[in-house]
Amino acid sequence: MLDSLSDRLSDALGDLRSRGRLSEEDVNAAVREIRLALLEADVNFDVVKSFTATVKERALGAEVSESLTPGQEVVKIVHEELTSLMGGGSSKLELKGQPAVILVCGLQGSGKTTTCGKLARLIAQQGKRPALVACDVYRPAAIQQLVTVGGQADVPVYERGADADPVEIAAWGIEQAKQEGRDVVIVDTAGRLTVDTELMGELVRIRDAVRPSDTLLVLDAMTGQAAVNTAQAFQEAIDFDGLIMTKLDGDARGGAALSVRAITGVPIKVITTGEKLDQVEEFHPDRLASRILGMGDVLSLIERAEQLVDKEKAEELERKIRKSEFGLDDMLEQLHSIRKMGSLSSVLGMLPGVGKQLKNANVDDAQLDRVEAIILSMTPAERRDPRIINGSRRARIAAGSGRTVTEVNALIKQHQQMKKMMKSFAGGKGRMPKLPPGMELPPELKG
Amino acid sequence: MADPAQMFSGLGDVAVPEPEAAPAGEGGGFFRRLVDGLSKSSRALTGQIQQIAFDPDDSEAWERLEEALLLADCGVPATVEIIGRLEARAASGALAPGADLAPALAEEVADMLAGAEARIDVSARPTVILMVGVNGTGKTTTVGKLAEHLRRAGLGVVVAAADTFRAAADEQLEAWAQRADADFVGSAHGQDPAAVAYDGIEAAVARGRDVVLVDTAGRLQTQVGLMDELAKIRRVIAGRLDGAPHETLLVVDATTGQNGLVQARQFSEATPLTGIVLTKLDGTAKGGIALAIARELGVPIKLIGVGETLDDLRPFDADSFARALLGLGEG
Repeated sequence: MLDSLSDRLSDALGDLRSRGRLSEEDVNAAVREIRLALLEADVNFDVVKSFTATVKERALGAEVSESLTPGQEVVKIVHEELTSLMGGGSSKLELKGQPAVILVCGLQGSGKTTTCGKLARLIAQQGKRPALVACDVYRPAAIQQLVTVGGQADVPVYERGADADPVEIAAWGIEQAKQEGRDVVIVDTAGRLTVDTELMGELVRIRDAVRPSDTLLVLDAMTGQAAVNTAQAFQEAIDFDGLIMTKLDGDARGGAALSVRAITGVPIKVITTGEKLDQVEEFHPDRLASRILGMGDVLSLIERAEQLVDKEKAEELERKIRKSEFGLDDMLEQLHSIRKMGSLSSVLGMLPGVGKQLKNANVDDAQLDRVEAIILSMTPAERRDPRIINGSRRARIAAGSGRTVTEVNALIKQHQQMKKMMKSFAGGKGRMPKLPPGMELPPELKG
Repeated sequence: MADPAQMFSGLGDVAVPEPEAAPAGEGGGFFRRLVDGLSKSSRALTGQIQQIAFDPDDSEAWERLEEALLLADCGVPATVEIIGRLEARAASGALAPGADLAPALAEEVADMLAGAEARIDVSARPTVILMVGVNGTGKTTTVGKLAEHLRRAGLGVVVAAADTFRAAADEQLEAWAQRADADFVGSAHGQDPAAVAYDGIEAAVARGRDVVLVDTAGRLQTQVGLMDELAKIRRVIAGRLDGAPHETLLVVDATTGQNGLVQARQFSEATPLTGIVLTKLDGTAKGGIALAIARELGVPIKLIGVGETLDDLRPFDADSFARALLGLGEG
């Protein structure tokens, strides 16, 4: 994992507090680090150049706040400038027209078909009646993929096989949608290279046939310097209105999105973070800025946790903790709610400052699997009250879960400690679920 | 169509069929096509490099060179190394002011990319080739094209669809297998991919086929569970057949930025890699990330994809690649 910019800047500028104004020497050292960090995050070279010039101007002679180190002061400036470069606030889909048409386009492999399914599901959840149109007649089985994805999202897919003309399919699909009273139509197109003039021409004809209110370019978060050329070429051809950034669940910094936003001026509307249909989120410029700088993404994490933790369950848990009834099945449920947020390492990756430690600490998601296996090998009575687990029960549980008796013992002990700790916390009312020992959130996330 | 001997080693006494006549308009030889494909992508870079009537004493000239390499996704460390190598040349007087920088640059780039045997060894019977990579890099398409190349080299091929996750991945691969006249071992959605790989080898042994191509689901290197699954697929393959998988190829999209380095690193931890397939070199992407990967991991690039047609899957040649990337033409 790359070092975060804040670590680099503290290395470069030292941790001396209250140095007063930033000297020219400080600023030059900082700008060098910023440049490297942005290039490693795949921010376009030209964007980096103009960006560092802006930062330099602001940082020169800037007053270092009492509470900040010079490094932190510079990070603050960089973060603010990055956020403003990406445009303020999140920007929503237009969805105008009856039906409203969304045209989805992009390079091969950027994730268009999966994204179409996610958009359909998202729009259906907002009380609308979307439909999908399959215009990728080139890639083998692309239509089947969209049909499958549509089925998962419970949204109809209009397709006419791979022998029909994509422009005709698109126009026909809109008609179908009108007849069936669908109010949003999402048109999936084949991946195409911008140098392929024939396919780019086809895309223009599809657009003219369906007159979309939202033309969206799908961009892989892992894209490098080429992102800018690609986006410019698509902009020249079809003048898209929004970007969708995919595969943000990986560890790519996503600097390409920043470059495309800066150079085309087109806003990022949606980001996607996984292969499951619900892994789609609104875009927040400040959060991507933090990610590019390696500063973690605490807000997204909290939001995800809030979404996933059922309020009633949380209250039930609180009652159990108060009455000291916190059993092993409750512990299992806690583990599940953490895992719903993503793999343990990706959850930790969103926390600021964890990045560096993670390089050494081996976060083992498989360990959670083992814990789960052991708990699931217990009877309900054992899970409720682990005190009844005697020697022969331990042996049975170990055999049933394929683990050793020592591991079973360790788990039971961990549960006891957790219960004890929770009892002592039970006075306060936290909104976040309490985490098992060793997985505690850093202080800034609590309370 | 590439000469099979350029792409594969260990063909032995396999009777290589006469090359089929290239469809009209597809001729032009290997190098021409490579340059055609790459020149689209390297036009910008070419322009920048060729404008450099390079003067080693001019710091701006070095800056322009650095800019060109960074814009090609070579990344900071690889760029720094190339510049360092060229500076060393300049210091020893090997770079005269005003001289053409390009040949020297090409030599250094080629030197960094050249490594182990870049051909795919198919001498084992059967040879098992495992394809891995993140989502959307073109694994399934590459497996399909590779199957056809192997068929043309006179080898019997089994294609195993161990991508049991992505919707319709199975059907996509089956379409390719039919085109390449290969045996197809399919899978049900959600089936254990290791079992599919195992069945693929079983089928090849039972039917006396020469090569098993195992396609796997795209996975991001951060997905620990899926990376473990990949390690398991490898273990099962190794358990079924000694010495297998004989090749494990990481498919990297040429549009990938610096995350490609992280990908290569993580995948090589889950399953040792024997080579890289660099796809989609026909776009505006310059594929400089290949240089960064080769430099850091010492994994050779074995195949490149320069276009959509079957013949656009090419054996990798470091010198041609470097030269074509910089728009130098045949030197």
